Amino acid sequence: MTLENIAYILFLIATALYTGSMAVYISYLFRQKEEFQNYGFFLICAGALLHFGGICVTTIIMGTLPAYNLQQTLYIAALALSGTFIVLNQKFNLKILGLFASPLVVIMMIAAFMSPDTPPLKASFLKGFWLVSHIVTIFTGEAALALACGAGILYLIQEKAIKEKRRGFFYKRLPSLALLDSTSYTSVITGFTMLTTGLITGLIYAKSVWGTFWSWDPKEIWSAVTWLVYAALLHGRLTSGWRGRKSAIMTIVGFAVLLFTLFGVNLLIGGHHQPFTK
Amino acid sequence: MSDITLIGINHKTAAVELREALAFTSEEATNALNALGNNTKIKEAMIFSTCNRMEILFVSAPSKKIQSEGNNIEAGEDATQSMINFLSEYKNLPTTRFKDSLYIYKGSDAIKHLFRVASSLDSMIIGEPQILGQVKAAYRLASANKSSGVVINRLMHKAFSIAKKVRRETGIGDNAVSISYAAIELANKIFSDLSERKVMLLGAGEMAELAVEHLISHGVKNIVVANRTFENAVVLADKFDSNKNSDKVSDKNRRCNAQNVENNKPSVVAEAVRFEEREQMLKDVDIIISSTGSTEYVLTAVHVKKSMSLRKSRPLFFIDIAVPRDIDPAVNKIDNAYLYDIDDLQSIVDDNMDERKKEAVKGERLVDEAVIKFQRWLENLDVVPTIVAIREKIETITELETEKTLNSLHLGEEEQEAIKRMTRAITSKIMHDPIRFLKNTGNHRNDTFYLNAAREIFNINNMNGD
Repeated sequence: MTLENIAYILFLIATALYTGSMAVYISYLFRQKEEFQNYGFFLICAGALLHFGGICVTTIIMGTLPAYNLQQTLYIAALALSGTFIVLNQKFNLKILGLFASPLVVIMMIAAFMSPDTPPLKASFLKGFWLVSHIVTIFTGEAALALACGAGILYLIQEKAIKEKRRGFFYKRLPSLALLDSTSYTSVITGFTMLTTGLITGLIYAKSVWGTFWSWDPKEIWSAVTWLVYAALLHGRLTSGWRGRKSAIMTIVGFAVLLFTLFGVNLLIGGHHQPFTK
Repeated sequence: MSDITLIGINHKTAAVELREALAFTSEEATNALNALGNNTKIKEAMIFSTCNRMEILFVSAPSKKIQSEGNNIEAGEDATQSMINFLSEYKNLPTTRFKDSLYIYKGSDAIKHLFRVASSLDSMIIGEPQILGQVKAAYRLASANKSSGVVINRLMHKAFSIAKKVRRETGIGDNAVSISYAAIELANKIFSDLSERKVMLLGAGEMAELAVEHLISHGVKNIVVANRTFENAVVLADKFDSNKNSDKVSDKNRRCNAQNVENNKPSVVAEAVRFEEREQMLKDVDIIISSTGSTEYVLTAVHVKKSMSLRKSRPLFFIDIAVPRDIDPAVNKIDNAYLYDIDDLQSIVDDNMDERKKEAVKGERLVDEAVIKFQRWLENLDVVPTIVAIREKIETITELETEKTLNSLHLGEEEQEAIKRMTRAITSKIMHDPIRFLKNTGNHRNDTFYLNAAREIFNINNMNGD
């Protein structure tokens, strides 16, 4: 069996485990049994472990962290999301986000399987500490911000139910507004910190490869825009009390901008990151 | 066979005056159960008395051992009449006063009624959780006074397990069905930890105070009371404050309130403020319960907006239970401010009540199943079926074992027949004395006990799908 086959099988089993986790989290929504969350969490952990194994195998094949075509990028992004969810869940008990994280991971895995197997860009400069740190921190940050967006969406659903006094399907099943708000806030802080680190390492890497920190590449510009949106959100929260609804809307807007920076720029505009999403 | 009968009155059949007149305190119930012990017609009895119902469950003894159907029913009638007379004498109330309100259930109807009561399907507020504890207390009393026997013991244990099953498998206990609980449910959906939240009570009133007490029992530790008359605010604050409160608030008229307040008094700090300070307090409190007699809004959207920026938009939850309303409805339009008035809360309660009624249908099905099972056990708890079952079990074992042995021995037909005869003789000789004893225990008040023991010893209850 070749290493490629092993990696493929690992990704396949991981996807199956993620799908199981998603199913359990969704059934938790219908039948509020606490142990469901534990099963769901266990499955996503098992999935992430195999997923990580798959990435390791690919790394051995490639000789560096694999993020050089769309498929590899999606695998990395999905692992970042499941990993970040696992860490945040352990640290801050943000169980409810499993409802958001697990389907998103599954979607990314399936997208990765379906994406064309373009030969990954191979270039001698795509190596080194700064590049690996850049990839890891950026994807972790983006994953945390995705979770923040998820918490924001759940917040808006719950807030609407309470404000309009129409207690529907979700009212009973979602946790308190305060918990959703603090979940989102914790995720934003984590994500923003990682994103900042990711941008800085990116700049340093750019300097080491192209001799300049900043080259007005569309990716760079949109990354700065994304960073500014989240900076504004945190600033507003700390100084003028942007809580709850406003903060939730901002996390969703921020994530939309982030998604555009991640995929939209590459697909629509281009730039020096473009080959990684082909 | 034992006849289970249940007589009683409840909130559906009798007014509160009559329920009070027939209610038993636990001392009275003890005395009554002791007195009933001398009644030869009653084998087992239990008295269950709460604010909403008074019921006597009893098992009557057939007047003679072997009876035709008709006689047996008569014996039951006899015991029932004697129980009604006893109730009338004991409570010093002519039977005519309560006869029309009294319901009499027999056999499976009585079992079903008891199961429904224990499962809170017969309660005024369906699914209220106190009833099971009250039934348990009544059973403890009966068992302490040795007035419960094999039938009631088993019946009550089945009642407890069906009650738990109904609560576990249906949603009859979910969702608040009182205004104050509905308010707390909402508070729990807005705030994550009530123990860190501060509550302000504007005005006074039973419902508002009850809501505050519920909040305290859900962990709230800081209370502010504001009242137009400052002295009243001080008195009320002292009542909530755990350091000043002498704990005599558990007044008698709340005993019958279905919504009892849990008795874990945490350390609560309550302070009184002047009514004029209410706007300033909005900066520090999180939950506001308003119940003043004011005809104008005591808090307006302008007040709330102003304090919202002072408190950096931390959420505020307003519970307005005053009529006319105390709080400007426009407050609900402000970000992070949530306002519920009495109508909003009432509609939650109504919805939840409907929900519980739907769930109760499932509960009824579970109860029906349990009644059928119990009835089957009870029918078998009689001399003839018990003897038949024991005999069948022993004979089956004997035949099977004999068959096995004979198959491996290759004996002639005559020898085989001799061995079979021998085993049959052994069986019937062993069975002879136990069966004779069961047919006449010499103590017919307790014969169900021996029957049950025999069934347990030979393990034949389980053969009936129990």
